Amino acid sequence: MAAEGKGTVTVKVVNRPGSLSQQMYLPAIAEGLGVTFRHFMSNFALNVTGQRKKSEIQTIEYPEQKKAYPERHRGLHRLMLREDGQVRCVACMMCPTVCPAHCITIVPEEAPDGTIEKRPRIFEIDELRCVVCGLCAEACPCDAIRMDTLDHAKPTYRRVDAILDKEELMSRGTLSIATQGGVGAMWREKVEGEAQTPADGGVVPAGPPHGTTPKHDLARKS
Amino acid sequence: MPYGSLGFNILAAVVKIVFMILGFLMPLASILTWLERRQSAMMQDRLGPNRANIGPFKAWGITHFLADALKFLFKEDYVPGKAHKFLFMWAPVMAMAPALIVSAIIPFGPSLCWGQLTKKIVDGVCEHPVPLQIARLDVGLLFYFAISSLSVYGATLAGWASHNKWSMMGGLRASSQMMSYEVTMGMAVLGSFLVFGTLEPGAIVGQQETFLDWSNLSHSWGIFSQPLGFVLFLTAAIAETKRTPFDIPEGEPEIIGYFVEYSGLRFGMFFLGEFLEIVVSSGIMISLFFGGWHWGGTIDGFLAAHLPNIAFVLAMFALWTVKVFAFCSFQLLIRWSLPRFRSDQLMRLGWQRLLPVSIANVVATALIILWAQAK
Repeated sequence: MAAEGKGTVTVKVVNRPGSLSQQMYLPAIAEGLGVTFRHFMSNFALNVTGQRKKSEIQTIEYPEQKKAYPERHRGLHRLMLREDGQVRCVACMMCPTVCPAHCITIVPEEAPDGTIEKRPRIFEIDELRCVVCGLCAEACPCDAIRMDTLDHAKPTYRRVDAILDKEELMSRGTLSIATQGGVGAMWREKVEGEAQTPADGGVVPAGPPHGTTPKHDLARKS
Repeated sequence: MPYGSLGFNILAAVVKIVFMILGFLMPLASILTWLERRQSAMMQDRLGPNRANIGPFKAWGITHFLADALKFLFKEDYVPGKAHKFLFMWAPVMAMAPALIVSAIIPFGPSLCWGQLTKKIVDGVCEHPVPLQIARLDVGLLFYFAISSLSVYGATLAGWASHNKWSMMGGLRASSQMMSYEVTMGMAVLGSFLVFGTLEPGAIVGQQETFLDWSNLSHSWGIFSQPLGFVLFLTAAIAETKRTPFDIPEGEPEIIGYFVEYSGLRFGMFFLGEFLEIVVSSGIMISLFFGGWHWGGTIDGFLAAHLPNIAFVLAMFALWTVKVFAFCSFQLLIRWSLPRFRSDQLMRLGWQRLLPVSIANVVATALIILWAQAK
């Protein structure tokens, strides 16, 4: 211990306990080969006899087999429709404003029939620029733009094909049951007055919470 | 052309060479490139490449190797500006050629009886035998070592000629590793030499006619007389092919290897050469330790007595093919099961473990043979 002073590096020598069979590697190698060989044989046999589902193979052969995305997956955009099939969007410019990737282009126009103030003449989303953050769907005040198609942007041969126009976005659109124009400060009364859950058990509307808010809570507050 | 004339011998040799290289080695090595991926995938609960097809012909994607070859053909063949052009060009050839040359000494079937092909050979007397082995060399295995040690030049020169630090490192590692393990390999074979008393693979295979006969081990399969020799030879052979767990020269995580600058078909030659080495080393191991083309036991005699000569030879060749294929598959299994060594561990294993053990094996074999002879 005398030599152990300042600046002396002491090394702890670890004697790994190892029997001869361990130092020969061979038993361990045989065991390892056994594991891989067992996997190979069972997978191979089940695969050849057409029982892949029973084998341990995890591969999903993509274009033929698709794994379902989770329910809350943010994916390809779509534009929701009014009852008469027109676009719900009122061209309020919320979504292009909030979009961090500047991938939404809206050119508004005056609606011809006068019942609606504004509507988009051009509504384009460049799916190549989109970062799939979901802020547009968050920002939308009238449940017009959604990302709940459980799909993703399709690959294209030309970049221009990745820019989706209004018709393309509306082709995936469905009827929203949210009240167009909103109910503003009257939403509690509205919630109490109407059954907010759609009959077909379909999509959940945007706007004020409905299912998660118990009725008695609302009643007590109002 | 009469049997035994010069023209006949040359013709027979050419036919055997063409058959061995174009009909067996190259197709098997090509298929191994696909099999390696497919088998490793199955081992790891994946599917592997199963898509390549020619029209409706798919066969689990076995045509993948054709797609690979096409890809290699159409890739740019890039030569680095400061590379030594001549050596850079020839290194892949030097890496691949030894494996093809060495295949000359591998016996792949019993002798064809010329002129009696459709007759049964009843008493085992063959008047005009044509050995199914390209070259019957008495130096046999020495020729194998002489030629296969040349493939180290392919790796080293590729590393040097590329003018790249990493490929240089890879080349140096390859040369040190291959030279180290050749010693063990030679020592491992020495044991078999003592048992069989010959270095000629054809004669060695000819001797292993019974599967296992404890009273006459030199006529049983070599694995029973030289189990340790087999393990040593297998280890050294895997080290010679520079594959995991001995893939230090290629060392994908750190240096990529001596062929880092190669692209296109030149890289393809290194790639194919590696698989050719697997096939050839499997062939040598089967000749030395697993009875070559013999089925073993009394099956050989039974088949020879009941089948016409050509069918008998085909049956033996079929078994030899199965053995080679199984051995190649076993080497793939090892490659995808074991972790790799570190460079110093590799050297320590080679020089401090395997070499002494192989020398001890030779000495022990010699003593046992002396004892058996004295008795």
